[in-house]
Parts: sequence; C-alpha cells; structure tokens
Amino acid sequence: MPVSLASYLALSAILFTIGVAGVLTRRNAIVVFMCIELMLNSVNLTLIAFSSFMGDITGQVLVFFVMAVAAAEAAVGLAIVISLFRNKQTVNIDEINILKW
Amino acid sequence: MAHQLIGYAVFLPLLGFLINGLVGRKLRSENLVGIIGSATVGIGFVIACVIFFEMMGSGVEERVHIVHLFSWISAGSLNVSFAYQVDQLSVLMMLIVTGVGFLIHVYSIGYMHGDPGFWRFFAYMNLFIFAMLNLVLADNFLLLFLGWEGVGLCSYLLIGFWYDRKFEKGTTGDAAKKAFIVNRIGDFGFLIGMFLIFVTFGTLNFQGVFAQAGTMSVGSPVIFWMTLALFVGATGKSAQIPLFVWLPDAMAGPTPVSALIHAATMVTAGVYMVARCSLLYALAPATMEIVAIIGAATALLAATIGLVQNDIKKVLAYSTVSQLGYMFLALGVGAFAAGLFHLMTHAFFKALLFLGSGSVIHAMHGEQDIQKMGGLKKYLPITYWTFFIAMIAIAGIFPFSGFFSKDEILWKVFSNGTWGLWLVGLVGAALTAFYMSRLTVLTFDGEKRWGSDKHPHESPKTMTVPLIILALLSVVGGFVGVPASLGGGNAIDHWLEPVFERANLVMALPGHGMETIEYVLMALSVGVGVGGILLARLWYLKKQEVPQQLSTKVPGLYKLLWNKYYVDEAYDAAVVTPIQKSSETLLWRIVDVGMIDGLVNGLAKFFGGVSKVIRMGQTGVAQNYVFVFLLGVVVILGWLIAH
Repeated sequence: MPVSLASYLALSAILFTIGVAGVLTRRNAIVVFMCIELMLNSVNLTLIAFSSFMGDITGQVLVFFVMAVAAAEAAVGLAIVISLFRNKQTVNIDEINILKW
Repeated sequence: MAHQLIGYAVFLPLLGFLINGLVGRKLRSENLVGIIGSATVGIGFVIACVIFFEMMGSGVEERVHIVHLFSWISAGSLNVSFAYQVDQLSVLMMLIVTGVGFLIHVYSIGYMHGDPGFWRFFAYMNLFIFAMLNLVLADNFLLLFLGWEGVGLCSYLLIGFWYDRKFEKGTTGDAAKKAFIVNRIGDFGFLIGMFLIFVTFGTLNFQGVFAQAGTMSVGSPVIFWMTLALFVGATGKSAQIPLFVWLPDAMAGPTPVSALIHAATMVTAGVYMVARCSLLYALAPATMEIVAIIGAATALLAATIGLVQNDIKKVLAYSTVSQLGYMFLALGVGAFAAGLFHLMTHAFFKALLFLGSGSVIHAMHGEQDIQKMGGLKKYLPITYWTFFIAMIAIAGIFPFSGFFSKDEILWKVFSNGTWGLWLVGLVGAALTAFYMSRLTVLTFDGEKRWGSDKHPHESPKTMTVPLIILALLSVVGGFVGVPASLGGGNAIDHWLEPVFERANLVMALPGHGMETIEYVLMALSVGVGVGGILLARLWYLKKQEVPQQLSTKVPGLYKLLWNKYYVDEAYDAAVVTPIQKSSETLLWRIVDVGMIDGLVNGLAKFFGGVSKVIRMGQTGVAQNYVFVFLLGVVVILGWLIAH
C-alpha cells in the first residue's frame, strides 16, 4: 500500500515541531544546532513529498540547494561553537548572553 | 576710446591683492611686494589721467560713458551689472583715489620697512583701492554698495593690522571692531535707502533712477526718507554726528592707512555718494537742511575737541572729522561742486599731514604724544616744511589750496542766506587754524622735550618724495577752483557743472552778485586763519603759561573737551552696556542656557529615559529572540489563514 501524502506531511510537521521545541528549550548549543538541522530536514521531506506526488522535479532541485547550504551552515556554526567554547569553557547558550544592554 | 581701459584700472589692484595676498610671503622681497602693490595703483592712475585728458579733448555732451563689463545679478526685474559710469565726477574721484593712493603706497614701502606683515599690508591696501574704485565708478547703487562694504572691510583689516598691539583701553582689534560695527549701523541706513529706491523706481541704475526722479515733485516724502536713509549711511562712512566716534579710534592702524583711508579717500565716500545723488537731495529740501546742520555741527564739535588733544594723530583725526563736516555743509546748501573741491584739496593736505606725522612718529620710534616732542625742526627739515605747508593750506591762508575750497564753501553758505551756519563755519575755520598751528609748534618748534634715548633722523627717500609731491599739490591744488571774483575761471566748478546741472535747476540757487561782500568774507576768513595761527604760536612758544591758566580757569570746559564731550562714554552707557547686560542675563542665562540648552538636553533626557525601559527587552539570550520570532510567524500565519 503506497504511503499517502498526508502521512509524509504529518511526519514532516512532527519533525518540525520537535525541532522548534528543541531550539526553544535546550541549553546546549550543539543540541540547538542539531534541532535546527532537524527543522531543515523536515522541510526537505515536505519538498520531496510534494515533488514526488505532483511529478515536478523542481522540489528535489531545491532540496539539493538546502542541503548544500545546510552543510555550509554546519561548518560555520560548529566553528562558532568551538571558538565559543575555547573562550568561555561552556556551550550553554543561556550563559552566552553578553550581546545585550 | 581710453575709457574702455577702465576695467584694467579697477581690476589691476585686485590682481595685486591676489599676488601679494597669496604668494607675497613667499616672495621674500619687500621691494618686489612694494613694487607690485604700487605699480598696480600707479597704472590705474595713468589710465585715469589718459581718460581725463580724453574727456578734456571731447565735447561736454560726449564726456559721459557707461562701460559695461559683465552682467552680475539678474533676478526678476532686478538687473545689476558690473558697469562703470565714467563721467566728470567719477574721473575726478578716480584721479584722487589712484593718485594719492599711489603716493601713499610708495611712502608705505619706506614706512612699513621691516614689518613682518609687509606683504599683508600691501595686499590689504590694494584690495582697498579696488573696492574704492568700484565705489566711485559704479553705475548703480548695488555696485557702489559693494565698494562701500569693501572699503569698510579693508578699513577694519588695516585698523587692526597690528592686532597684537595695545591701544588705549584695549587692543587695536577693539578699535577695528568699533569702526566696523559703527559703519554697519550706517550701512543699514544705506541699505534701507537702496530698498526704498528699488521699490520706488524699480531699478538701481543711476541713470534710470535719476531719469525717473526728475518727474517727482520737490519735497515728496518718499524722496525725503530715501535721502535721509542714504545720509545715515554717509554719516557712518564719513564720520559725521552721530556716528563719528569710530574715526579717532581708527588711528590705531599704521599711519599710511590713516592717511589713505581715514583722511583722503574712504571717509569721503559719503560726500561722493551724496554728490552722486545730488538730484535726489535737491528734491528733498528737508534732508538738505539736515545735511547742512549735521555738517556744520560736526565741523565745530570736532574742531573744539581737536584744540586740546595731545596725540598727534588724534588731532589730525578730529581735524578730518571737522573738514568732512565742511564738505557736508557745502552739500547741504547745494554747493555740490564746492564740496567736491574741498574733498580734493583736503585729500592733498590731509594725506600730507598724516604722512608727515608718520614721518615724525617714525623718527621718534613710535612716540605719538606731542607733549614729548618739540624742536624737531632741525632734525626733520623736509618733514617740517611739508607739514608747515599743509598746516597753512588747511588753515585756509591765501593762496594755498585750502583757502580756495574752504572759502568757496563759506561763501556759498553765506550767499544761501544761512547766516548761522556760516558763522559756525567761520568759527570752525579759526579753531582749525589754531589747533593745527598748536600741533605744528608743539611738534617742531620750541625746546626739545624728549629723552636722549631717541635719535630722530630724516626719513628715507621713498617717504620724503611723496611728502614733497603732496606739498606741491597742497600749494597749487586750489588754482583749479579760483573764483570769478579773484579773476579765476573756477575750472572745477565748470568741470562738474554737467553732473550737478539737474540738481542746480531744481534748487534754483541765487546767483552771484554781491562781490564786495565776497571780498569781505574772504578777508575775514583769511584774517581768522592768520589770527588762529599767530595766537597758537604766541601761546605755545612765548607765553606758555596762558594755555595752562586757561585750563585751570575753566576746568569744566577743558575736561569736557579733553574727554571728547563724553560721547564715547554716553554711547557706552546708552547702547553698549545695555546690550552687553541684556545679552548676558536675558539672552545668555535665560534664553540660551534655559530655553535652548534646556530644550536640547530635555529631548536627550526624554529619549534616554524611554530607552532605559525599552532596552530591557534586549536580554542577550538567543532563545528569547527565537521565541519572539516564532510568535511573529504564528501571528502572521494566523492572520493569513483567517483572511
């Protein structure tokens, strides 16, 4: 039995929500970072699902772009986390709050 | 076609100003700077002479030329050009300005020798000549005003030339500011007059204005206010009551400046302007009366102050104010040509007197107090004799130049029927002779009253030659205006006649006819002149106790004169102090500190307070920002779905 579009979208929505919840609640920068990746990938899933069901290749092309950008973002993001850790001996984002009044 | 060269005569001094002003310091040669400065003015004088002789050779109708250089301002109905009106009056003024100016430039090469600001001095002087030529040659009121302001600026710059030196209660800079501010008050009047002219006639061109003015009726109020406002400008520039207070202080500048600007040329600008507008003044008899009364009053007031002053340049300054009073007296009774004649002769002998005093000051190493001079005749023979000639000329002794011009004025005043003014003029003439003789005696004659640390010596050739030339002019300058009663042709009167023709027609002056009275008046004025000179010689050479006794006998009068009628003090109390006080308390402490600063600081404080509250939202925790961002997304999505 083929999986329906609605199931894909539901899974995608669940993943996205988990990602948002993680970003908002977790304190470890690495985990927050992984949650962002989760959100990106949930969107990717949506795109592929639509692409497959509508017979349009554009969605899959877009996914490749997202993955490329996500890879670049991961490189930069992890570099920031490492340099933060070197300076402050912590990756807790509620301790990294010096950009304020 | 020589009048086409007029542009060169005007703009060469500007070129000299630019060269000396921009690279004069780098030239490193006083001679080069001096030659550039003098030559640009000298060429102007040559051009003036050429134009003059060309005019002499042409018919009376062909003597007026308008030389249009370029259009200056063109806005709506206002059209103003850099255009020069070359006619009998402006050529006469041009000859005086460039001729006397050239001599004084040459003199300055010697006088300013060794001054660190040598190049600056010549730059300012050239700029002055440029401005003055614009003033006397302009063919419209606005260009005249440009020159008018220009000479005021140069006067300010040159009075404060030695800006670090002490002068009386302050520095020379204070004297310069005083001159500038008092002149500004007069200039305001001039501006008002100019606005009135533009509103009434719709043009600022002399020819356009005078053509339309001819159709106005005599004594119309608008002409009265116009001429009165212009005359306020003249009282500022030409140092008449009530704005004469700046001129004596202007003596803070170097002596050649006093000679050129504050005696021979700039201060006569008011006389020139009134003469140029003779038709307007002729149409306003009430203003004419005011001009005559102010002139006579100034002549007498300044002469009495001059009686007791001890600073050699101060005496000459008050003498200048007094002689300018005579010129306005002449203008006021409609004797425009006589006023211009006196302007010319006065330029010669007053420039000579100032340059002579400069030579004395130079020899005495900066000493200006005549009580500390005396006996200088031996040491400065050329200076003494030229000074003596100028003294005789200003006292109005026949046949020196001052006699003819002053007598012409007194005769015109008398024949106009204004006896009171004539008497004031005669008394003024006697006082003039007295104080000038006193000045000469105290400076050059008698015992020496200076210390052995001074070694007076005659000045160099660059200074004495201009003195000699001016002395010659002071002797013969009057012969261009020998009146008919003395067998002369009164050439200057005829020369200027076409300029004042229309004004004279309006005024309808009484003709000559009482020749015997004229002779009597001449004898009388020469008599008081000789009397004044001899009395001063007697009092200050033989009976030196008499002036002493007089000053102790009438101490009140003496103190009044010595303190110059307390005019400066009165102005201080009436104008300067109230302005300063109100500025300090009201404008500074209340308006500036309280209101303006309060407004500015209050605004800053308000935003500071508001920011203090708002910035609490900036926690620095990234997750808070993400949360707010998410909320925003939810709200926008919700709104999109709902619609």
